Amino acid sequence: MSILKPLPHDAAALHVSGSAQYTDDIPTPDNTLHLVFGLSEIAHGRIVKTDLTDVKSASGVSCVLMAKDIPGKNDISPSPFPEPLLSDGTLNYIGQPIFICAATSHLLARRAAKLAKIEYKKKKAIITIEEAIKAKSLLEKPVVYNKGDPENTILNSEFNLNGTINIGGQEHFYLEGQAALAIPHDDGDITIHCSTQHPTEAQHKVADALKKPMNAVRVQVRRMGGGFGGKESQSNALAVACAIMANQTGKPCKMRYDRDDDMIVTGKRHDFRIDYNVGFNGKGKITGIEFKQFVRCGWSADLSLAIADRAMLHSDNAYFLSDAKITSYRLLTNTQSATAFRGFGGPQGMIGIEQVINHISQYLGKDSLTVREQNFYNNPSKRKNEVQTTPYHMQVKDSIIKPLVKQLKSSSNYTKRRLEIENWNNKNKFLKKGLALTPVKFGISFTLTHLNQAGALVHVYQDGSIRINHGGTEMGQGLFQKVAQVAAQEFSQPIENIKITATDTGKVPNTSATAASSGTDLNGMAVKVACEKIKLRLKSFLGKTYKLKATEIEFLNGSIYCKGKEYSFKSIIKQAYENRISLSATGFYATPEIKWDRLKGKGNPFYYFAYGAAVTEVIIDTLTGENRILRVDICHDAGKSINPAIDIGQIQGGYVQGAGWLTTEELIWNEEGKLMTHAPSTYKIPACSDRPRIFHTNLFHYEGNKKQTIYRSKAVGEPPLMLGISALMALNDAIASVGDWDRYALLDTPATPEKILFEIQKQIRGI
Amino acid sequence: MQKITFILNGEEVSLEVLSSTTTLLDWLREEKKLTGTKEGCNEGDCGACTVLVTDLKKGRTEHKALNACILFLPQLDGKAVRTIEGLASKTSDLRIQEEMISNHSSQCGFCTPGIVVSLLTAQLNKDKNYDDILAGNLCRCTGYTPIIDAAIAAEKTAKMPVWVKADNNKLKKISTNKKSKQSKLFLPQTIKDLEKWCTKNPEGILVGGATDVGLWVTKKLMDLKQICFIGQISEMSQIKTANQSLNIGACTTIETLRNNIKTSHPEFSELLRRYGSTQVRNAATIGGNIANGSPIGDSSPALIALGATISLNLKGKHRTIPIEEFFIKYGIQNKQKGEFIESINMPRKEGNFRCYKISKRFDQDISAICGCFNITIKKDTIINARIAFGGMAEIPKRAIAVENFLMGSSWSDETISKACLEFENDFNPISDMRASSQYRNLVAKNLLKKYFIELSKTEKNTNVLRVKI
Repeated sequence: MSILKPLPHDAAALHVSGSAQYTDDIPTPDNTLHLVFGLSEIAHGRIVKTDLTDVKSASGVSCVLMAKDIPGKNDISPSPFPEPLLSDGTLNYIGQPIFICAATSHLLARRAAKLAKIEYKKKKAIITIEEAIKAKSLLEKPVVYNKGDPENTILNSEFNLNGTINIGGQEHFYLEGQAALAIPHDDGDITIHCSTQHPTEAQHKVADALKKPMNAVRVQVRRMGGGFGGKESQSNALAVACAIMANQTGKPCKMRYDRDDDMIVTGKRHDFRIDYNVGFNGKGKITGIEFKQFVRCGWSADLSLAIADRAMLHSDNAYFLSDAKITSYRLLTNTQSATAFRGFGGPQGMIGIEQVINHISQYLGKDSLTVREQNFYNNPSKRKNEVQTTPYHMQVKDSIIKPLVKQLKSSSNYTKRRLEIENWNNKNKFLKKGLALTPVKFGISFTLTHLNQAGALVHVYQDGSIRINHGGTEMGQGLFQKVAQVAAQEFSQPIENIKITATDTGKVPNTSATAASSGTDLNGMAVKVACEKIKLRLKSFLGKTYKLKATEIEFLNGSIYCKGKEYSFKSIIKQAYENRISLSATGFYATPEIKWDRLKGKGNPFYYFAYGAAVTEVIIDTLTGENRILRVDICHDAGKSINPAIDIGQIQGGYVQGAGWLTTEELIWNEEGKLMTHAPSTYKIPACSDRPRIFHTNLFHYEGNKKQTIYRSKAVGEPPLMLGISALMALNDAIASVGDWDRYALLDTPATPEKILFEIQKQIRGI
Repeated sequence: MQKITFILNGEEVSLEVLSSTTTLLDWLREEKKLTGTKEGCNEGDCGACTVLVTDLKKGRTEHKALNACILFLPQLDGKAVRTIEGLASKTSDLRIQEEMISNHSSQCGFCTPGIVVSLLTAQLNKDKNYDDILAGNLCRCTGYTPIIDAAIAAEKTAKMPVWVKADNNKLKKISTNKKSKQSKLFLPQTIKDLEKWCTKNPEGILVGGATDVGLWVTKKLMDLKQICFIGQISEMSQIKTANQSLNIGACTTIETLRNNIKTSHPEFSELLRRYGSTQVRNAATIGGNIANGSPIGDSSPALIALGATISLNLKGKHRTIPIEEFFIKYGIQNKQKGEFIESINMPRKEGNFRCYKISKRFDQDISAICGCFNITIKKDTIINARIAFGGMAEIPKRAIAVENFLMGSSWSDETISKACLEFENDFNPISDMRASSQYRNLVAKNLLKKYFIELSKTEKNTNVLRVKI
């Protein structure tokens, strides 16, 4: 009924009228307290003395709590490594919460917290990747994946290159800052409204902090104003802080970060340094490769191990590497604990290999696309092609990268434009254009296998209206609408008859984070399973009552057909109810086939891959380094799309977010470890005029996902972000044209005007 | 007690203002429970809190998009405010809302109310430059394309909302309200009123648009006493032509100035286009931008290169100084206690003036370097040179050594190359989060080269923003 329809976002009408309610918009009782954290001012050391007298006596303040006041566990970690909510005396970054101050208003609480007098004993802080390498500051021992004999193949290769690229982090900059509201109940239970991608984890952490069972804690979230991974684990702190303060005072407690606090306290995308050593032949075919990935994890583990794993798992991107070794160093530093961000390490891993391709192309004087084509994974649907394996020994059976790139190359006029740009550059002395096509192959599934499960709850009421609930959260990605479309399809009902409801740990328990692009794959399937159960009961009831075979009963065009005779859905539901048929069901889904040994680096961590490619054309100013994206062409694989409009929205938005990460979005810490870019005045996400003026975005049309995903669709949340890598490579291309392609251009990221200008200087000076 | 009156979504509101620095955003969300206006950054950089403010100026209606997070309640006195809740009773009544839905222009929806308000305000002003209209509305989800699609689709059939006229009538009604003596004290109406206030409060803070002072409250959490809102002094909000110069009242907003000088000063006007965002330019004043003495304010280096002067007023006594003499050291200006900038004088034409703003992002960013050049050439000889930079020193500063080298030299490649060497005698910039000192030094030189190329017209394409796609 509703499949393959470009329906608007379920809350679009609420968005545009300002009536969509976010956590901070929920009406609160008059006695609600407003919370802020008091933050560490040093990057590393100990608290010697804490004097909170002035905080406590400040106007409007009613309660101040420290670590010792937490009734249960002082831990908000999403991993087995502990991570205290409030400092236990040691301090590990500037911005680490030390105490919670509760006052009658947000502003009064903020003013009061500033009055704390804290004496510190400073220790030497480790801020940068280089410092961490030097100090051997490791979260765990290095992880190595190995396939074949890369050392030897590189040695025996026709050509050999090595290099290093530094990749900066990224602030999520969800427009809605972190927020939570805790409402205590008469029996000691607590309800938390929280802007979180992971309600179950918030529930778990709150229960532990309050020393209560999970059934005493209910977490709800209707929508977030953006998440991008930044509300997967980083939201725990606010949920727990509100819970313990509400528990202490008996009053509702709300906490929302001011934007500066949000940026100073919470984790960001991981910074990376990637070293490479590659062997290749005259055609640009890679014969052997070694990567060393240095990952800045920040002060605690958070999700870093899985993120560093995913970076390793994407160091091949869409290229077959016969002999490869990838070593990952997970570095502890005295900075915010880096966390999940759309792509989850995948983007950094991909940039490594894309730089290698860029390097090889410029070394051989070839167009980078021809080198890419030399190395793409085979298309196994063509019979003569062998199935190739990834560096972690998984067979790539579903590669469509070759036909997809072929289509994009032609639709974007790549070859013709390549020549036009060359001509343009010859005619223009100070401005230069660049062009690049980069592919994406992104593995879909949580690499922590047990997370690949989801639950749903579907009710059909006696009047025929349907209400669905599932474990996924809505952060703008359109998940709720896509899942509602699944229910509409299953019951053959109009979408208006499906009510979408807030995610609620009281309805569907033990959910996984809405992350890893898995939202629709998992929850859509769980809802489908629940719908099927109800349909089966209806069919069996109808079969018994009217002596029909199951095949003679059809859900079609909004009605139910029995042996071709049409009955309204409503009337059948009424009959079923009166005949005491259960019209409510839970659904459960666990992704099949995946099996992964993360320590050995062997197995099938992914159920399937999503593919895509983008062509970006840029222009640079060789006197200032200023630059601009002129045109983008994208072909992306969303399988058989459940909602093409929502998917295209993810693709375009993902591209711009990825390109922003690699160009204007620069995070800067000073030597003391203070984040200097902690507000939108200094941290620049793409603005309206930065969007590509020409932005051709197409879905790759084919029979759909080879795996039995929900209606053969593919996950689309994260993969498009990595299409933005083409912008970085196009900038490299433009810079290389300055030196007439004689030397290699290698931009570290983000490629700000400054980095671009210095790279141009190298070309001019011939360094 | 300070009393103000304004119109909120069609209803007249009279308020006793307890704290002059309560922001409109906090008041809307906390007092009025109007939560459609969102807090995204609380510093005027994201636009999630955009509201429409209508003002009657000499009988003419002015519609402005403004950031509610750095707008203090007293600034609204005598104006009409429309929040997202007050735009339409149902979405089908407002074309832009309908088009935003059908063009898939919202994802998480948090920036959406601000974007709708910005686009509607532009529609009332018949403005279609969407890059400028939305430069101050950040969206992290969509990549903007579907938002622009919706805006364009809504152009055709957009109707004026019915409340526009009603608000106008109500504005006329409240504008006839007599100001009490007390309210004149913190909302002066004339220069005389302001002189009095400044004499009484020599340490006081003058607030024009609050785009800077707003952050003292929302970010530095300062409790400001002795504060005076000067936005209602019409004598100080005018642009007059006198002899060979343009006299700009200090309370003139950046946006008004930009629009006013589009033909006479196209380069300066273009620089002002990149000053903050529409919301910020609608509030920020030229006087405020100079008075705060920031080393990275964009108008100052331009005005220095143009040869502008400023007129200061101390208890009714005036003095006029070249604007560069106003900036002494970081945080210290040539201004006595109780003295205020009344107006700015600049030449009526900009001549060979060019300015270059270098920042990480083109729109709504603070300059890493802002280079402004104004060189007069007669028969291939440089007879006058005024060069000033923002971001190169602790104050907006002239490049005297470079200027001296250029004066009397021939207008040639060689002169420019040699002149570049003089920059190190003028500047020793710092490294910070916007740029390193090396970059600043290199770009300063390259901008002089760029200026030479542009003036000599030897190259067709010199600006990435002006290249046809």
